[in-house]
Order: sequence, then structure tokens, then C-alpha cells
Amino acid sequence: MTQTTLPPVKKTEPVSAPKRGLSDRSRSERKLGWLLAGPAFVVMLAVTAYPILQAVYESLFSYRLTDPANREFTGLTNYWVILTDPIWWQAIWVTVFITVVTVAVELVLGFGLAMVMAKALSSIRPVVRAAILIPYAVITVVSAFAWQFAFDINTGFVNSWFAWIPGVTADTDWFGDRWQSLLVICLAEIWKTTPFISLLLLAGLAQVPEVLQEAAKVDGATWWQRLWRVTIPNMKAAIMVALLFRSLDAFRVFDSIFIMTGGANGTESVSFLAYRQTIARLEIGLGSAVSVLLFLVVVLIAFTFIKAFKVDLASTRGE
Amino acid sequence: MSTRKKVMWWIGGAIIVVYALFPIAWIISISLKAPSDIANGQFLPSSVSWGNYETVLTGDASELFLPALRNSFGICLIATAISCLLAMFAAYAIARLDFPGKKVILSTALAVAIFPVISIVTPLFNVWRQIGLYDTWPGLILPYLSLTLPISIWTMSAFFREIPWEMEQAAQVDGATTWQAFRKVIVPLAAPGVFTTAIIAFFIAWNDFVYGIVLTSTEAARPVPAALGLFSGASQFEDPTGAIAAAALIVTIPVVVLVLLFQRRIVAGLTNGAVKG
Repeated sequence: MTQTTLPPVKKTEPVSAPKRGLSDRSRSERKLGWLLAGPAFVVMLAVTAYPILQAVYESLFSYRLTDPANREFTGLTNYWVILTDPIWWQAIWVTVFITVVTVAVELVLGFGLAMVMAKALSSIRPVVRAAILIPYAVITVVSAFAWQFAFDINTGFVNSWFAWIPGVTADTDWFGDRWQSLLVICLAEIWKTTPFISLLLLAGLAQVPEVLQEAAKVDGATWWQRLWRVTIPNMKAAIMVALLFRSLDAFRVFDSIFIMTGGANGTESVSFLAYRQTIARLEIGLGSAVSVLLFLVVVLIAFTFIKAFKVDLASTRGE
Repeated sequence: MSTRKKVMWWIGGAIIVVYALFPIAWIISISLKAPSDIANGQFLPSSVSWGNYETVLTGDASELFLPALRNSFGICLIATAISCLLAMFAAYAIARLDFPGKKVILSTALAVAIFPVISIVTPLFNVWRQIGLYDTWPGLILPYLSLTLPISIWTMSAFFREIPWEMEQAAQVDGATTWQAFRKVIVPLAAPGVFTTAIIAFFIAWNDFVYGIVLTSTEAARPVPAALGLFSGASQFEDPTGAIAAAALIVTIPVVVLVLLFQRRIVAGLTNGAVKG
């Protein structure tokens, strides 16, 4: 996505302008271009760049809303406080855990769903595609409630349905323990966002040349070989886009945790930590510092992906 | 295709449908359970009760739910309209005009799309309180643009690129004025892309939770997801599970219907913007 090539811009009629400088026509086109695209550009900067700069500024102060008179410039102290606090590192590990688990499962599951949608009988294909879109349409909060109620010790049916699994009994409290809570959070996230990944992968599958598949088939390649040697290498770009978007999205996990555990039992994510500092404890300075750190981590992830992506593209082109 | 293979596909399809529908079916089931039934450990209610819907629509919880529903509709529609309008101009410029900085605009949109919402919301909380935007409609509409604008720009420029712009000139050659050519040729071709983008943008705004919960405090602006998240029952001693399920279903059904009606376009919009970009 980042290596986007712009569409071949159609040249307008030849202009009889002097060779030096820009012609009147292209100058007015430039002007019009920025006139039209400018507002969107300015709004995007205003709603993101400005707040993040504000956060950077506020993160340098010791500033509590409950005690505004004692606002004081303390430099990088807030960052030091956070980075030496085990709570921050716990939030980081929880977030990384959720991201890695959900994205890995979603990639495999989403790929399977995409294959079914691509190859299914034409009679069931529309039904499958419609069904896939339903989790996409459901808001995250509602999905979180559905999963929470299902596993809840009082309202849920999971315990009575799955009592045959060792370790599950009528009074298994899924939200009483860290790993079990995280498992349910991951399940809810996976259910909600797999459709997005599978639609991107389906679009990627459509771009794999049929000719190559046929050729591999004629050469006697098995289904498995064709999958690994033909299909997947040809849809690398789609896979990378899906991975990048979902990883960044998963790293911001907040809604499900808020609904299901409220951050109890060590299930707090980085977003949740920032929320708790700012809104519950009104520690604007510390909360801003957490926000800035989260922003930096997200930038780092995006940067790593894009770097890896470029290397990949270069090597495939080199073949 | 052999019968065995056909049966396999049918089973596979059925599994997917059940997987996609199961949590919804469960919410429906809870919303129809009477309070005595909620903790029965069964999937289905033992008898159907509409009490939860009454609580949410006319009863104790309606004071929380109905204003939230109104806020959500109003705020999301306005945010969608603004971002579609801005994105339409930008996408037209990107698809049609030759000017330096196209790449900058598209990369900015990408960067904004990956921005962690919580990083924006912390400073906004403080600033909004100082300038009086806290707990107001504009106080949510503005930040919602950070969610809806990037995807609108990407999706719409992907759609707009596929419009054969030469037709506009052809119409002009045939004697149409510039405005007529634009109005009669380009607008009808662009309309489906704009419409699809609007639906996707609306969903994204409708799904927001973080802004809603941090930047509002009363029913003056609190949207549905935040109201649901903070709903703790009409009284302290009442378990709100059934009411939450009913409210959740009320906000889910219209959106699901919309998605199913326009599924073809939504799939095209989601994947065009991202894969072809």
C-alpha cells in the first residue's frame, strides 16, 4: 500500500506555453489540486498532529486535574516514572500477547475463509460472503458483551456446554484469572476482525494468475505445493497489507478489555493504561506520556513492517 | 463435481454461517430472557419475554438509551457527511488533476489511519474542557474525522480512478458545457463510490468507543457504545444483562441489514482502497 504507484495521470491537450517554467494550464491545475485536496489535508493534520504535539507538551509537566495549582515543569520525569514501572511493562506484554495471538489466528482463519469464498459452489458463495460481513457490521462493544455474557459464570452457557472438557466445570470463573480472561478477549477480537482480513486476502487471491495455477497442476504439483509455491508468494502484498493493518489495529485494543474485565487481573492494555491515568486518575501529565509512548510504539511497528515490506518486494522483483 | 465434494462444501459453508451468527444469536436469546431465566445456563430462553425491550425503549433505561441513540445517529451522520464532502474534493483532485503532493496527501491519510486513538484523546480531553467542547456534538464530530477521513480518501480515490474521465471531454466536444458534462457524466459515475464510502465511514464512526467514553459525560453527547459500556442497571441491585442485550440488538440489527443490502459494494470499497490503493 505504501509503495503505491500513482495512476498514470492523463496529460491534457498539448499546451503551447513557453518551455521555461510552468505553463499557465499546469499552474492552474496545481492550484486547483491543492485547493480541492487542501481542506482534507488540513483537517487530517488538525485532528491528529495538533493533539499529539499537545500531548508531547503536557507530558513534560507534573499535572493533575485534582491539583491544578501545582502544575510544574518536570522534563522527562514522567517518562522515567512510566518506563521504570512494572505496570507499564505488564501492559506492553499484555498488548503484545493479544496482538500476536489474534493476528496469527486471524491470518490462518481469514485465509481459510477467503479460500472457501473463492472456491465454494456458486450456490453457497453469496450466503457465505453475507455471513462473513456480519461480524464486521457488529460494533466491538456489542461483540465484547456477547462473548462476556457467554462465558460469564452467571449468565453464560459455555460452562454447561463444555463441561466435558477437562478443567471446565459449572463454576469455572473465566474472568477470575488472567490467562482465561485474555483467552476470551482474544476470542472476541478474532471473531470481530477476521472478516476484514479475509476480505483483503480474498482480493489478494483474485490477483493470483490462474495460468500459474494451471501450469503447476500440469507439472504435477500437489495442492499443498501449489498453495506454498504459487498462491502465497503471489499474494504477498495483500498479506502484508492485511497484517500491517490488523497488527496496528490490534495493538490499540481497548473496547473489549473495558467491557470484559475493566483491566482487572493484569489484563490492562497500553491504551487502557493511558485511559486510566488520564480519565480515572486525572493525571494529565502521566497520561500524556503514556499516550506519546504508545504513539511511538505504533510508529515503530509501522516502520518495521514497511521496511520489511520493501525488502520483500525488492527480492521478489529480483527473482 | 461429485456429490461427496458438494456435501463437503455445504458443511463448510454451514460452519462459517454458524460461526458468524452465533454471538448474534446469543445476544438475541439473552434479550428475550426473563430476569429469572438469565442465569439458567441454557442457550435458549425457557419462555420468550419482551420485558428487556420495554426497559430499554420505554422503561427505566430509556432515559439513558434513547438520547444516546439520537446522539449516535446525529454525530455519526454529520461526521460522515463532512468527511465524504472533503474526501470527494480530495479524491477528485487525486484522480483527475496533475499536481505535486498527491503522494503526501495519501501517505498522510495512511498515517492518520494507523494513529492510536488514545494518543489523541488524552490531550483532547484537557483542551476540550478548557474551550467548552467537552460533552458536546462538535466535540465528538471533530475527532471522528480522524477516523472517517483517511478511509474515505483512500476508498474514494480508488473508486474515482476507475472513472473514465475522457467521457467528460467527449461530452464537451458534443456541445455540453463544462458543468453539464460534469453533472450528467461524472456525477452518475461517481455516485456509487461516494455512497459506498459514506456507508463505510458511517460504520467506523458508529463503532467508536474511546472518543465516546472519554469526551462525554452526560446524555448531551454520549453515543450508544459508550452508554452501553457504562450502563450498570437501573438500580444497583438489578442485573442489567438483559437490558444491555436488548439495547445491543437494537443498535446492531439496522447496521447488519444495511451491510447485507449493500454487501457487494462494501466488499469492493473495503478491498479496493486497501489492496489496489
